[in-house]
Amino acid sequence: MQILIKNSRVIDPANGRDMVSDILIEHGRIKQVARELKAEADKTIDASGKITIPGLVDMHVHLREPGREDKETVFTGTRAGLYGGVTSVLAMPNTSPAIDSAASIRLLKEIVRKTAASNVYICAAITKGREGKELTPFAQLKAEGALAISDDGSSVDSTPLMFEAFKSAKEHDLLVICHCQDRSLSGDGVVNLGFTSTRMGLRGISSESEYKRVQRDLELAAEAGARVHIAHVSCRESVELIAEAKKKGVRVSAESAPHYFALTEESVLSYDTNMKMNPPLRSEADRQAIREGLRDGTLDAIASDHAPHTENEKEIEFERAEFGVIGLQTELGLAISELLEPGLLDWQALVQKISLNPAKILGIDKGTLGEGSDADLVIIDPHREWTVTKEGLVSKSKNSPFLGKRLKGVVEYTVCNGTLAYENQHAAGR
Amino acid sequence: MRWTRKDLLGLEELTAEEIELILDTAESFKEVTTREIKKVPALRGKTVVNLFYEPSTRTRVSFEIAAKRLSADVINIATETSSVQKGETLIDTGTNIEALKADIIVMRHNCSGAAAILARHVGISVVNAGDGWHEHPTQALLDMFTLKEKLGRIKDVQVSIVGDIAHSRVARSNIWGLTKLGARVMVCAPEILIPPGIERMGVEVTHSIEKALQDADAVNVLRMQFERDSHGAFPSHLEYFQKFGITTERLEKAKKDILIMHPGPLNRGIEIESSVADGENSVILEQVTNGIAVRMAVLFLVSQARDSGNADPH
Repeated sequence: MQILIKNSRVIDPANGRDMVSDILIEHGRIKQVARELKAEADKTIDASGKITIPGLVDMHVHLREPGREDKETVFTGTRAGLYGGVTSVLAMPNTSPAIDSAASIRLLKEIVRKTAASNVYICAAITKGREGKELTPFAQLKAEGALAISDDGSSVDSTPLMFEAFKSAKEHDLLVICHCQDRSLSGDGVVNLGFTSTRMGLRGISSESEYKRVQRDLELAAEAGARVHIAHVSCRESVELIAEAKKKGVRVSAESAPHYFALTEESVLSYDTNMKMNPPLRSEADRQAIREGLRDGTLDAIASDHAPHTENEKEIEFERAEFGVIGLQTELGLAISELLEPGLLDWQALVQKISLNPAKILGIDKGTLGEGSDADLVIIDPHREWTVTKEGLVSKSKNSPFLGKRLKGVVEYTVCNGTLAYENQHAAGR
Repeated sequence: MRWTRKDLLGLEELTAEEIELILDTAESFKEVTTREIKKVPALRGKTVVNLFYEPSTRTRVSFEIAAKRLSADVINIATETSSVQKGETLIDTGTNIEALKADIIVMRHNCSGAAAILARHVGISVVNAGDGWHEHPTQALLDMFTLKEKLGRIKDVQVSIVGDIAHSRVARSNIWGLTKLGARVMVCAPEILIPPGIERMGVEVTHSIEKALQDADAVNVLRMQFERDSHGAFPSHLEYFQKFGITTERLEKAKKDILIMHPGPLNRGIEIESSVADGENSVILEQVTNGIAVRMAVLFLVSQARDSGNADPH
């Protein structure tokens, strides 16, 4: 199958490219990127006025399968990703069973092979059952294809055990992804600690409970010489600690999620449980620090922390509702609306954050439109706007904090491994 | 000034004018409660459901009397004996009550924000009778009504709220209401019972009971909720009484006509000395009486807003 994309502005920081060009795709790969390409393709897309970027690489996604197929499946999650321009995801291991053994990875790989709509990479657990007690067999996990390890959803509380994990991860060249939360500090909190928790009469989660754990994990990783990635950074102090560690040469990377650069704790005041996630929405100063961290490169990646939950788990009392929000379908629009439009990031930088950098962090050959590489790409109409609605979200769960929001930048086509995997109805109707 | 809200969820979202409207309306209903026949037909044919997820006698009975004096039919649901025990969700319970054609749900719930969540999912009125640590608007309204009745005004009045501010919905509602009407509010408690950022609600914070009593026109003494102490961090009963208890001795240095208020139920000998609770400065029982008029006003206003079709959906 050949696809020819005509006349779009191709933005490809991996190859230092930003020019109006044609792209020819053949046998799942990018065959050629040049002006005025002539080919008898099976499908020719006139993309004049559009922007083509490498497919998004979202390195923080909860696909919920196996175990909670009522929330999401590998198929529905990856399909939602395609609607949002995401062609590669890193699946987090907090499923049921947890992805903590060679057998469970094989199980997940089988599900992926049969049902995934895009590329799924696997993050395995650091400890068995994610209980923080006993390390998983890193060598076997790596051999089965795990790219990273994380107990995401919680942090390994035992410092000696975490140090062992870093040392072993270094030995096996596994990336350690840290969900930084000291539960002895965050307790039963549900919203940002401070005026917000006081006003709402809810227990608070302090920034301290995050950044103290960031600090610990950075120190342990540095001492072990391991590669560490800080997940879903939400507060100013964490950004500062990561910046310092980078200066010192620690092998650290970090991500934040759209809700942390787009929203603040103000959004939670109505007790809308779609605004409840962990870490919680924080102050305007924190939001600004996240935006600045993305701008200056302290934060390498944007990841959705896509965390689907059913209505039954969300449409209840605030403190009883599950933590987490979905984000695969909205992250590109949010990055464009919140970071590109105000001038914090240009297209090159945006593509780095949302595609190239996460690919590099995971060590996968994605995030590029270089000739010969996998044909994963998104064609965007950068000028058109759309409104996030429940009906428009194709994830099995609808717990988006952005329902009703207008976003700039419409995904017109998503090509995944050389196949036209998603075509916007509007684009198709032309 | 017209009331347009279908619900009363808290005082934070109300304007000073709306609060004054409730207080003024309550004043005319208080007159009703002095008549020989204490009943008006304002809510005749309406059904008020008291939905209580937490044990409460005083507030529930007060709402029940208020509704009955307005000629409404009243149904009491205590969740210990309802379908909630079978796992029914708050929203399902609410929509079922709506399907039974009730007009107003008065809800007490142990989770902060529960009233707001319910109100978003039902078209009928929701009156918050206390949600978690968040708000207890009718309690604060009756406190303000009592203050206004006794002092003639609320503007520039100095009110001290003493006790477990961190876990108190009464404190929060009082702070919002009083500051909106121009009172000066001080909160007084041990450090661990002062929630972070409280000063941004427009109050002064002190840990000295002497300071709290010094210039106060009224002191609102909160019940110490020792059952909230999950970490064993609260002071002991005796220690609390010694440091923060309202005693006759401490009141000697206060204004002579200082008003002593308490939302009840009292912990005698812990936050308040019996001689103070029963003394001549105490308006504690008058608060209880005023609660009926205030709740009549609230039930009347939310019902009227819905009937006139002007209710803001939110």
